[in-house]
Amino acid sequence: MAFPTLSSPHTARPNETRRVMAEVLLALLPGIAALVWYFGWGVVINIALASAVAVAAEAAVLALRGRPALPAVSDLSTLVTAWLFAVSVPPTLPWWLTLVGIVFAVVVVKHLYGGMGQNPFNPAMAGYVLLLVSYPVQMTAWLPPSVLTEHPLTFSQSLAVIFQGAPPAGLAWDAITQATPLDVMRQKLGLSYTIAEIRQSPLWGDFGGRGWEWVGNWFLLGGVYLLWRRVITWHIPAAMLGALLFAAGVFWLVDPNTHPFPAFHLFTGGTILGAFFIATDPVTACTTPRGQLVYGAAIGLLVYAIRSWGGYPDAVAFSVLLLNLAAPTIDNYTRPRVFGHAGGGQRED
Amino acid sequence: MAGTDYGKIVRDGLWNNNQALVALLGLCPLLATTTSATNGLGMGIATTAVLLLSNVTISLIRRAVRPEVRIPVYVVVIASFVTVVELLMHAYFFDLHKVLGIFIALIVVNCTILGRAEAFASKNGVLPSAVDALGIGLGSTAALVTLGGLRELVGQGTLFAQAHLLLGDWARVLELGVGEGFHGALVAILPPGAFIGLGFLIALKNVIDRRATRKTVVIAAPPAQPAKAG
Repeated sequence: MAFPTLSSPHTARPNETRRVMAEVLLALLPGIAALVWYFGWGVVINIALASAVAVAAEAAVLALRGRPALPAVSDLSTLVTAWLFAVSVPPTLPWWLTLVGIVFAVVVVKHLYGGMGQNPFNPAMAGYVLLLVSYPVQMTAWLPPSVLTEHPLTFSQSLAVIFQGAPPAGLAWDAITQATPLDVMRQKLGLSYTIAEIRQSPLWGDFGGRGWEWVGNWFLLGGVYLLWRRVITWHIPAAMLGALLFAAGVFWLVDPNTHPFPAFHLFTGGTILGAFFIATDPVTACTTPRGQLVYGAAIGLLVYAIRSWGGYPDAVAFSVLLLNLAAPTIDNYTRPRVFGHAGGGQRED
Repeated sequence: MAGTDYGKIVRDGLWNNNQALVALLGLCPLLATTTSATNGLGMGIATTAVLLLSNVTISLIRRAVRPEVRIPVYVVVIASFVTVVELLMHAYFFDLHKVLGIFIALIVVNCTILGRAEAFASKNGVLPSAVDALGIGLGSTAALVTLGGLRELVGQGTLFAQAHLLLGDWARVLELGVGEGFHGALVAILPPGAFIGLGFLIALKNVIDRRATRKTVVIAAPPAQPAKAG
């Protein structure tokens, strides 16, 4: 009988990039399925297009850098970038905007800083923000969820919208697109409606926009899977959602007529996707546990601040990018105590 | 001033020690005003004019100024010429003056001008100082126009739009447009676009330098490295 001798580290499974990225892709599937259910085939087309462009851009820039393309492409991190980008953008986004956003994300944000593991900013969110700042009209034209629309787009109509920029025959753009719930809330609040008045419209469900509000739950399912598989830890999502709820709760208690109730913030926009999939990016987030709490909480507070008083309806991408910038500093001040040394770990070199 | 290598002074100013791309000086106007090629050109010409006048003046008074008080003296000289240029632009290029606005007055604190006064004009004669001012000024102007053109082209699909404000009506032939249907990336016009564009220009210059060194058979001095911003 042979007893194989194992040497340390005794980890349960090999902790390689490809496995982590495959888990993330798997965890995204329920959320993607929900998006397809509510918003139609455009989501699938966007994901396929973004993936193809991302892999091509990655291979091209690796060839320019004189690096082997296969290991970097097959570690799936590029696909994670592409999928996160594709689920963040509207399902009718013209194809050339996906092209611009993904090429910027992969070539400029990822590879100009040194490639996988070196980028200070989350590539998917940087690509998203570039488009949002440059093309606000296209980036805020969402489809209404399928429970509301009278004209759900078929697969071929989605293709025509994305690749030819043509709305289906007989329909104007205004008939098939709609502002997001956060956008509506923001505009109506700006016109001095109260929350109760705004929510009388049939657009609204129990918590957020009708239809919209349930997409986050499916992303939450994927997030719980990531926690269970220990791809991410609880610190960043808990701190981010906690801080967002806390800030929303304080202002709601002060004046419930002009500040949406706290759960509204959880059920709208990219909150859940951001908390579990985007803020937790292992490359650009904080790495120390205390640092992750600070990082997550700061993102949550910024999301509330930008949603309430900023110039754009949703804020997850901006908040994550801003905190990406602060992550190295936060890490430096939150080092855990090194065993055998007194006090916090200060830099000694 | 026998033996002054004017060719080297000009080459340094235009390329090897380009204040915008190598020394990274004067970034405030460079980043803020280059939303179009025309703005960049106007800013570049104004800066060059001030630089020429201040370099010549400071070279003339360099033996009279005590080192302890040289910086205030230089600033007063530069500020006087900036005031002159600003009033002239206000009088003759009113529309451009409206666009460039506060940045004309801010030429006073442009590091390039004080830097050349300190590093060159206070140590050299009048003629080399004037040549240096022209080389440095044209080098900066080239960077301003290139960055402005880049941002204008990406951002709104035109090149030298409104050039007639600066150069007169004949310049309308310069005004190019990609045409209707072009969706410009607004980010290029916004401040982030300036930083991203400047980064690409510096990279381009370094690539050209590296190609040039590789072609040279004789082992020459290494290409100028970007210095820290002042």
